[in-house]
Amino acid sequence: MTMANTVLVFLWGGITAYAVFAGADFGAGFWDLVAGDAQRGAEQRARIATSIGPVWEANHVWLIFVLVVLWTGFPSVFAAVASTLYIPFTIAAFGVILRGTGFAFRKEVTSVRIQRIFGACFAASSVITPFAFGAIGGGIASGRVPPGIDAGDVITSWINPTSVLGGVIAVCVCAYVAAVLLCADCKRDGQDELVEVFRRRALVMAVVIAIVGVAGAPILAIDSPQLFHGLIGRGLPVITVSGLFGLASIVLLWKRRLVAVRATAAVAVIAVVWSWGVAQYPVMLVPSYGVAQAAAPDAVLIALIIGLSIGIALVIPALLALFHLSQSPAATRHGGAAQPAELQDAVPDRSR
Amino acid sequence: MTIGLADAASNLGAARAQMAISLGWHIILACLGVGLPLLIVIAEWRGQRTGRDHLGLLARRWARTAGVLFAVGAVSGTILSFEMGILWPGLMTTYGPVFGFPFALEGIAFFIEAIFIGIYLYGWDRLSPRVHLVCGIPIIVAGCASAFFVVTANSWMNQPAGFTLVNGKLTDPNPLAAMFNGATPIETTHMILAAYMVSGFLVASVYAVAWLRGRRDDYVRAAFTIGFVVAAVCTPAQIVVGDIAARYVADHQPAKLAAMEALMQTQSGVPEHVGGIVINGRLVGALEIPHALSLLVNGDPNSTIVGLDAFPPDLQPPVNVVHIAFDIMVACGTGLLGLAVWMFAVGVRRRLPVSRWFWRAAVLAGPAATVAMECGWITTEVGRQPWIVYNVLRTKDAVNPAPGLWAGVIVLIIVYTLLTVATVYILRRIASTQRPADSAKP
Repeated sequence: MTMANTVLVFLWGGITAYAVFAGADFGAGFWDLVAGDAQRGAEQRARIATSIGPVWEANHVWLIFVLVVLWTGFPSVFAAVASTLYIPFTIAAFGVILRGTGFAFRKEVTSVRIQRIFGACFAASSVITPFAFGAIGGGIASGRVPPGIDAGDVITSWINPTSVLGGVIAVCVCAYVAAVLLCADCKRDGQDELVEVFRRRALVMAVVIAIVGVAGAPILAIDSPQLFHGLIGRGLPVITVSGLFGLASIVLLWKRRLVAVRATAAVAVIAVVWSWGVAQYPVMLVPSYGVAQAAAPDAVLIALIIGLSIGIALVIPALLALFHLSQSPAATRHGGAAQPAELQDAVPDRSR
Repeated sequence: MTIGLADAASNLGAARAQMAISLGWHIILACLGVGLPLLIVIAEWRGQRTGRDHLGLLARRWARTAGVLFAVGAVSGTILSFEMGILWPGLMTTYGPVFGFPFALEGIAFFIEAIFIGIYLYGWDRLSPRVHLVCGIPIIVAGCASAFFVVTANSWMNQPAGFTLVNGKLTDPNPLAAMFNGATPIETTHMILAAYMVSGFLVASVYAVAWLRGRRDDYVRAAFTIGFVVAAVCTPAQIVVGDIAARYVADHQPAKLAAMEALMQTQSGVPEHVGGIVINGRLVGALEIPHALSLLVNGDPNSTIVGLDAFPPDLQPPVNVVHIAFDIMVACGTGLLGLAVWMFAVGVRRRLPVSRWFWRAAVLAGPAATVAMECGWITTEVGRQPWIVYNVLRTKDAVNPAPGLWAGVIVLIIVYTLLTVATVYILRRIASTQRPADSAKP
């Protein structure tokens, strides 16, 4: 494997991690948006806040990881994408900021009216941001971002059929992953009614994604023929894996195997992300700007690979420790009854 | 889309405004992200060592506030990485390979910081006290490391190294040589010290207000002392580092130094200009300390220093902005040094100053440190103009020529204004819910 391909694996690995982990956090925001008014949605919103509270910041860092690897390893691609697609990038940037601050601030207020303002920021931007990222992906995959600075059209590069499809898929996938993860969280904490709510939603989203996928095929065939041929060619095994694991997830959800479905759903989503990568490889900017052309000189790539390898070796165990801690039951191992004050911090009581 | 030169010219102002606002905003939170963990861990550690409850309570309350500030800092920092490409694609496309590497390391360091912040905030009652305290240490280390890495990228822009240009094309990039360029040691030290000063003095300011309002219990004393001492210890070191930095600038970026000192003509035996404003190429209203600048920069009161007239007009940075920002920074730094000396002069007898004037000044210390830090960034960034990479790439050649960049600035101003209001509101709210009368209970 060349140096460039190794860095590409780091890059795509980072995108995958962002899609799954941060995707789940964005999806939780989607469910927050549709949870209903302050009274009815209180329990769901509290559940969502508890689930993503400890982890969303760490999950968010995958985005920074992806950006820095892209601009160091493939600087011309980063410059081309960011300069042509600066509008959806700006939208995503504001989405990122409103999502994070809205979520962090909502926990700290007790007035329902102000909670609603911050909650609206959090929830709305949780939908807008993944849509913008999906639209960016669609612009690249459909060949609307040529190499060079500001070489593409700043409007049609992200308002086009493939971008809309990409945005919709991104939002649906986020919502699906979140619903699946929330099911198991609810079950662990004995919230049986909420288990059913999120299980039903996970099933609905699985079906919606299947429909969007099938309906999207002709759109891609017309609007992004290169991607389409890649998907039904080299990408077909990956697409098949995605479909099979998607089906398995539906069965597992149906049978209430809520822990096992976490794994199958994750594989299905990872396969969606990788099907795009496999279909498009080795082209980075459709139609023909390739990995070899785009890559930084080897000296840079070697430094990057060493730095990232050491970094990932440090990050992964720490990340696992965080996930383990966040999944540990609300009861304390230490400190006995010191719990309630902390819980009130994490779970806004919206019925007040 | 085809673009004219006019677009690029108007985009330059838009892009610089957007970068300045988002960086100037984020840098305060970045400082707190580096500095607060140290203060919190000190409070928790002292609490565990002495077994006194108010220190543990202090650590928890600071951590709650810090949790909110970290979140805001994490997302406002992300905007900056977007802007590197949205606003400055011309910088990234050519020089990304050379100076991208420290950003990658910064990304890793920030990752570790964010993970351990999650563990630390969520782990209060889930981990043993000792393990919890230990989990605070990676936050401090990673915070310093991210500050170091990201500032090396800026020092590279001031002192580019680690590559050769052949016919405008970059060859032979060496990321490590770029990262450890000549400006790196001094600039990174200057910034990390600034981060501790901003954090420590801002925290001290909050409790100085409480002190003046009559709250003088153990809780307020401890909170003030931890914040103030951390910042005050850094202050003399910062003055020394700042002095070295100025001499480094004199050697390597003479145009920036000339702008900092508003030195319009090259001359010998140069006085130090304090204050004043340049009107029609002449410095008006400045206090002059004879021979001081020559002495400070070269150790010889009659030495020659290059003035702005040595540079063609299009290579001169805007002198007034740089000069005034530099002087404000120095004034704030000097004032803070005086305050630190006052505290230590009294503190050797293991008590806090009683004079109300000390506490009034301490209220201003946090804002002053923040202003000094902002002015320092204005000095170095505006003082580097018209270059984005000193003597290599002009800012106007790096900017994104895409139409409509101004719209982004307007949205940015609206969003950041609302964000500032919301952040201040939330911080005040947290403070008010954390001010029960019994906070000093034994």
